[in-house]
Amino acid sequence: MKVTFPHMGHMWICLAAMLEYLGVEVVVPPPTSKRTLTLGARHAPEFACLPLKLNLGNFIEAAERGADTILMAGGCGPCRFGYYAQVEHAILEDLGYNYRLVVMEPPQRHVGELLSKIKYITGHSSWWEVIRGIRFGYQKARMVDELERQAHYLRPRESHRGSTDKAFQRALQEIIPVKHPRDLPKAAERARKIMAQVAIKPRPVLRVGIVGEIFTLLEPFANHDLERKLGYLGVQADRSIYLSEWINDHLFLGLVRGLRSRREACRAAPPYLNHFVGGHGQETVGSTVIYARQGYDGVIQLLPFTCMPEIVAHSVLPGLSNELDIPTLTITVDEQSGEAGLVTRLEAFVDLLARKRGVVV
Amino acid sequence: MTLKVGIPRALLYYYYLPLWRTFFEALGLEVVISRPTTKTILEAGLQNSGDDVCLPVRLAFGHVLDLKDRVDVLFLPRLVSIARREYICPKFLGFPDMVRHGISGLPPLIDPNLNLYHRDSPYPFFFALGRNFTSNRLAIYLAYRRAVHTQARYVQLLEKGLFPEQALAVLYQGVAEGREPGGGGPAVAVIGHPYNIYDPYISMNLLSRLARNGVRVCSADNLPETLVREQAARLPKHLFWSLGQRMIGAAWHYLQSPDVDGIIHVASFACGPDSLTGELISREVRRRGKPFLNLTLDEHSAEAGVVTRLEAFLDMMERRQFLPAGESVQ
Repeated sequence: MKVTFPHMGHMWICLAAMLEYLGVEVVVPPPTSKRTLTLGARHAPEFACLPLKLNLGNFIEAAERGADTILMAGGCGPCRFGYYAQVEHAILEDLGYNYRLVVMEPPQRHVGELLSKIKYITGHSSWWEVIRGIRFGYQKARMVDELERQAHYLRPRESHRGSTDKAFQRALQEIIPVKHPRDLPKAAERARKIMAQVAIKPRPVLRVGIVGEIFTLLEPFANHDLERKLGYLGVQADRSIYLSEWINDHLFLGLVRGLRSRREACRAAPPYLNHFVGGHGQETVGSTVIYARQGYDGVIQLLPFTCMPEIVAHSVLPGLSNELDIPTLTITVDEQSGEAGLVTRLEAFVDLLARKRGVVV
Repeated sequence: MTLKVGIPRALLYYYYLPLWRTFFEALGLEVVISRPTTKTILEAGLQNSGDDVCLPVRLAFGHVLDLKDRVDVLFLPRLVSIARREYICPKFLGFPDMVRHGISGLPPLIDPNLNLYHRDSPYPFFFALGRNFTSNRLAIYLAYRRAVHTQARYVQLLEKGLFPEQALAVLYQGVAEGREPGGGGPAVAVIGHPYNIYDPYISMNLLSRLARNGVRVCSADNLPETLVREQAARLPKHLFWSLGQRMIGAAWHYLQSPDVDGIIHVASFACGPDSLTGELISREVRRRGKPFLNLTLDEHSAEAGVVTRLEAFLDMMERRQFLPAGESVQ
């Protein structure tokens, strides 16, 4: 059994760590690229959202590398993600791929359904080992998030353009190869040291919060490397959801304390959005309110074209933006979006924020 | 003076009007329904809603605007879930908020949550709704009972083969039940969301156009709920959209039915749930080889385009019937 899974930013690092620790053979799909998108968009339904198309491309490319089992999360709606696996499987079947599908669904009847799927993937491992494996993956996610946060801080301040990105890639290379939890603290030290060596200059920096649909937030290919582009424009970006926070919210049910959680975001959403709308729609609105309260200069909403929860959020954002006096920009991505158009819009937005604050960036 | 409650002729109007209307009228309120869709109504909706929002919701904005100055309160229920472990679409969950932030100068909105995700009885919804108008619990209960009764009669009429407008005419205008049989022409199942296929303006008179061409038309709503659900249960995973359930279940049924010669799937441009359920339907149809037409509607659709595609579809059906088996048109 060779297990593959869809890409979502750096999620592969923690998933691969967990599965390999448990002795599962893993095929990480090649990094999401233009080819991935072309393959996915060719076979996916036209109006499916971008994550589905990229997932599908990932699976086709992973099959070329010998993967035969798909490990995916499921859901129970109303966002389309809950039915991704089934539709993708139908498409792959019609294309002649022979994939086994293992979908981790939130248990509807009893937790045994979920446990049996974990057992199916991990085979001989004991439950204690499975828990340690999950913990190991989660620790890696925490570490990657820490590095990313640092990169967000450093990028607009770096003395030499590109030095942050180089350091970040080198730091990740310290974390990725770690095979055992006991080696992680030392690797983390080395990674932190690398980041600390980036030279910075004091200069005025704008702060922008990024909200929206989780996949487009986390996957740099989908959002055209938005955070880096903002960094180069003199903006310190903060993402409303990091991978470890998402894992904590959705897999650990918020058990890890001291992390930002979706509950606060949802609590901040009324009176603008009074009910959950699936996906991260309510979090998008709530996080925007929180960023406004924290004095951020602006908020960018990211969504894949036709994303239903984010469209609901989008339609209440203009009113919120007026009332709380925080500029917002909505960016919709799909297979047609071009980089130049995005850059122009970002520059104009950052320009507006800088004028509003009275600084030259 | 009686209080006027506005109900937009949009979204789930074609499913639930008898239920809502009877309930309000039993409580002594006057029900005002927005006028049938016109260009003006659609354009008002387009102007007041976001660009990315789908056609049915933008149209619903237009119907809200049509009612805005003519009623005392607006009834915009937050339809979270109309069946256990199912939803409709995220836009239905957010609709009252979208309207509140998109249109100014609205009369008070009555937007109780209808959420049957974890429970079976819609009574708490009606109770909360009724409490807006009266504190008499018995009156609310009796109004609810009467509403459920009328709704059951409405569903019966639909299952006899009537379409919503015809059934509503029977219920409220005393029209006779009979429906003219469509003659010996081919039979076509029209699969689509009720707010698309039953709105004559949005669907460009699809149903009557087919009927005029001698086609016998049927839809998901002519099938009993249990049958539709049985069919939809053949999916690898329980489908969590109630409207998708109906569409897939009906499509599966009509695909197997020898009395139905072709299938038309109607979707709105960029409809989220339809992008997946439509894909499952069209893949299944392709495997079985029944004539199939996929019509996508949006505010830019032009009548000529729709007519051309319909004609091509009907031509194809005609040829298939007259050609001997195994032969194909090159």
